[in-house]
Amino acid sequence: MTTNILEMRSITKTFPGVKALSNVTLEVARGEVHAICGENGAGKSTLMKVLSGVYPHGTYEGDIVFEDEVVEFRDIRDSESKGIVIIHQELALSPYLSIAENIFLNNEVKGPFGLIDWNATNLEAKKLLARVGLSENPTTRILDIGVGKQQLVEIAKALSKEVKLLILDEPTAALNDSDSDHLLDLILHLKGQGITSIIISHKLNEIKKIADSVTVIRDGKTIETIRRAEVTEDRIIKGMVGRDLEHRYPDHTPHIGEEVLRVEKWTAHHPQDPSRVIVDDVDLTVHAGEIVGIAGLMGAGRTEFAMSLFGHSYGSRISGRVFKRGKEIKTRTVPEAIRNGIAYATEDRKTYGLNLIEDIKRNISMASLEKLVSLGLVNDNEEYKVANEYKSSMNIKAPTVLARTGQLSGGNQQKVVLSKWIYSDPDVLILDEPTRGIDVGAKYEIYTIINRLAAEGKAIIVISSELPELLGICDRVYALSEGRITGQMPVADATPEALLKLMTLEKQR
Amino acid sequence: MSNTTTTKPAESGRGGIHLPSTLSHVISDLGKNGIFLALIAVVVLFSITTNGILLRPQNISNLIVQNGYILILAIGMVLVIVAGHIDLSVGSIAAFIGAVSGVFAVTWGLPWWLAIILSLAIGGLVGAWQGFWIAYVGIPAFIVTLAGMLIFRGLALITLGNSNIGSFPAEYRALGNGFINFPIETGPRSQIDPVTLIIGAVAIVALIVQQIRTRNGRLKYGQDVEPTLWFFGKLVFIVIGIGFFTYALSTFKGVPVTLIVLAALVLIYGVIANRSVFGRHIYAIGGNRRAAQLSGVKTKSVDFWLFVNMGLLAALAGLVFTARLNLAGPKAGDGFELEAISAAFIGGAAVQGGIGTISGAIIGGLIIGVLNNGMSIMGIGIEWQQAVKGLVLLLAVAFDVYNKRRSGGAAH
Repeated sequence: MTTNILEMRSITKTFPGVKALSNVTLEVARGEVHAICGENGAGKSTLMKVLSGVYPHGTYEGDIVFEDEVVEFRDIRDSESKGIVIIHQELALSPYLSIAENIFLNNEVKGPFGLIDWNATNLEAKKLLARVGLSENPTTRILDIGVGKQQLVEIAKALSKEVKLLILDEPTAALNDSDSDHLLDLILHLKGQGITSIIISHKLNEIKKIADSVTVIRDGKTIETIRRAEVTEDRIIKGMVGRDLEHRYPDHTPHIGEEVLRVEKWTAHHPQDPSRVIVDDVDLTVHAGEIVGIAGLMGAGRTEFAMSLFGHSYGSRISGRVFKRGKEIKTRTVPEAIRNGIAYATEDRKTYGLNLIEDIKRNISMASLEKLVSLGLVNDNEEYKVANEYKSSMNIKAPTVLARTGQLSGGNQQKVVLSKWIYSDPDVLILDEPTRGIDVGAKYEIYTIINRLAAEGKAIIVISSELPELLGICDRVYALSEGRITGQMPVADATPEALLKLMTLEKQR
Repeated sequence: MSNTTTTKPAESGRGGIHLPSTLSHVISDLGKNGIFLALIAVVVLFSITTNGILLRPQNISNLIVQNGYILILAIGMVLVIVAGHIDLSVGSIAAFIGAVSGVFAVTWGLPWWLAIILSLAIGGLVGAWQGFWIAYVGIPAFIVTLAGMLIFRGLALITLGNSNIGSFPAEYRALGNGFINFPIETGPRSQIDPVTLIIGAVAIVALIVQQIRTRNGRLKYGQDVEPTLWFFGKLVFIVIGIGFFTYALSTFKGVPVTLIVLAALVLIYGVIANRSVFGRHIYAIGGNRRAAQLSGVKTKSVDFWLFVNMGLLAALAGLVFTARLNLAGPKAGDGFELEAISAAFIGGAAVQGGIGTISGAIIGGLIIGVLNNGMSIMGIGIEWQQAVKGLVLLLAVAFDVYNKRRSGGAAH
């Protein structure tokens, strides 16, 4: 028996058109806490889905060796039966069932005649809860306990399956400080009981605190595995970033004018849980012709900031002031925000940006139909003309403007979304992940369009989880962490390392 | 494409007569208008099985008069369905408004026009009540209108107080029973109405002018239009259809008032659905509610007014039905909601919302009407009529789902 509980050898996983993992190797020693680090989209989650059987054997190349035997999982149940349990970022608990029911869901404690033995179920659940340090009554509904405790219930559920290897995907992303500390302590406690853990995390100080070794992944490749003694934040960051930045972004000479947008003390709370601050006292300015980036890790509140600003589309108890060209404006509803010259192209264009069963023409006119109205009726010939103008100026590749947007590629869909907002003639354009899920060629086109808009004097905010992208197209970048602006710098002075440091800067505890 | 000297291919679909492209256009057009072909197929089928009785003037007139209120409801229903909702209460609202109008026009003896206006206003208020719960409280339309189905049926019974209200003023009755008719004797047992023929001729001219103007407008903006041959072919076909229809009516009793009401509604709502901001917002909401909201569409307000409108149309359907029977009774409007919903779905509305047209709902309603009348003429019992209509609804939606899956598959 070797000291490794798990070896993933030369794992390659391809999706249509994308190589998500290429020759990834991961070795996890028995009884250790192993952290996996990487930027958003680096391939961490894909790797864990391969390991847990979400992507079954045969859909990837390479071998998984678990406890010295090559395993070929067909599904999650298969991997769970071997003792590999994954806890996803979005918890998989049923809110209206009790803690005990959730723990034993699909693994029920049966009595005579195959009926569920509720007494035994609740008793077993109580024992498991004690192991994770929870004193809740097992009959409490999941709905009635906080996210931190729900996370612990997930771990109790894993323990009920006699887990040997526990995988936690961003376990503390949604937790407050004390819940996070408690969870990390529990992972160390479980390590004492011989349970090996893999933890995926962005939070470098957490990793330093509990990890015995760290594997860094970038662009679907293993960069290196660092032992505890050698772990430093700088080394991890260097591994996570560092890629060729040249020739992927069009040249851009800024002509920066007057201040167009100023946001002061913008604060928004969680829509369901108003005690949680999601956007915390944000101050931000954008000038005419300027492209300003907002950098932040997942859960930092980037999208939440933009959506709360755009017609209070996210959050509760929103406060703060917005000024356009020095004059205070209100943005309480989306029509009001649009009227005041703000446009927001959403992060997820399929869910929030487009009407996929409708044609290009009607999607482009959607936010500014009143411009096409004469005598109370929409002039559809004019609408057709407008759509055709954008089709050629934005280079939307489609047979005609009557094509349904659902049939377009990601890049062309994004061009339709941008056309819609440009047609609304905004002064401020907020672009949330404008190039997500778009191939390299189309990305370049989108960057060119952004540059063109800036040259026309629009104020532009780009939100992106790709640091090279922000550094490639922006004039100035703000860093956001836990809802707060932790710093800003002109791109000329910015390095990925410096930004990542600000993005991972946590509140003083 | 390295050949830089290629001449521009013959402009297809830009006017000129060009046979192969005409043919391909015809095929794609017929595919898109499958529902219209289905109506023709059903008409042909029942003309054969009833030895042509179905197409006799009296039956053509009956088709409109007996199904008018379903068609009125279908117009409102398809918009509700496009926005992603449903309305189960329209039958009960029709019954309630019928009863209320009976109280106004008969019991209280108000002038007929005042009774109609007040009844429609109450219909709008009923719609506003339901719209409030759906749009502003956020209760699913299925639940709100299921409750409404019970509430307004109950209110109808309370208003009627265990009896029927009957014998409406003649002007009121005209809404369901009236005809525009100035017959000239043409033989011992035959007559013809010149006014009906004039109305038909005006409708034909108006249609031709409107079609050509739309086409020229599109050509001016460089849009693709259907090939000339097909365009005029279709127009001739439609003109012959309207001509036959008008002639049939003119030899029976003339133009039913219900048809005039219906034609006006189709025109108005066709324009609302396609050319008004409100109509566009309905489609946007049905296609992707969240995206519509983030594009500045006031989704709650659209939902609210949609149900106000449905209440208004349900009230109108109730008036037409009551007028036809000359009686406001407790069983009025029973099952109307299901026929209206069927009409919308047979006419191509999508269960998920976002898709559906006024003309489709009207054709769907006519298919149901032809099935009703055809089977009745054949002497098929009500039990089999029910079963056949159910099957037609199922097959129509199954065909739609199959079509969508196929086109969805082709997109990938």
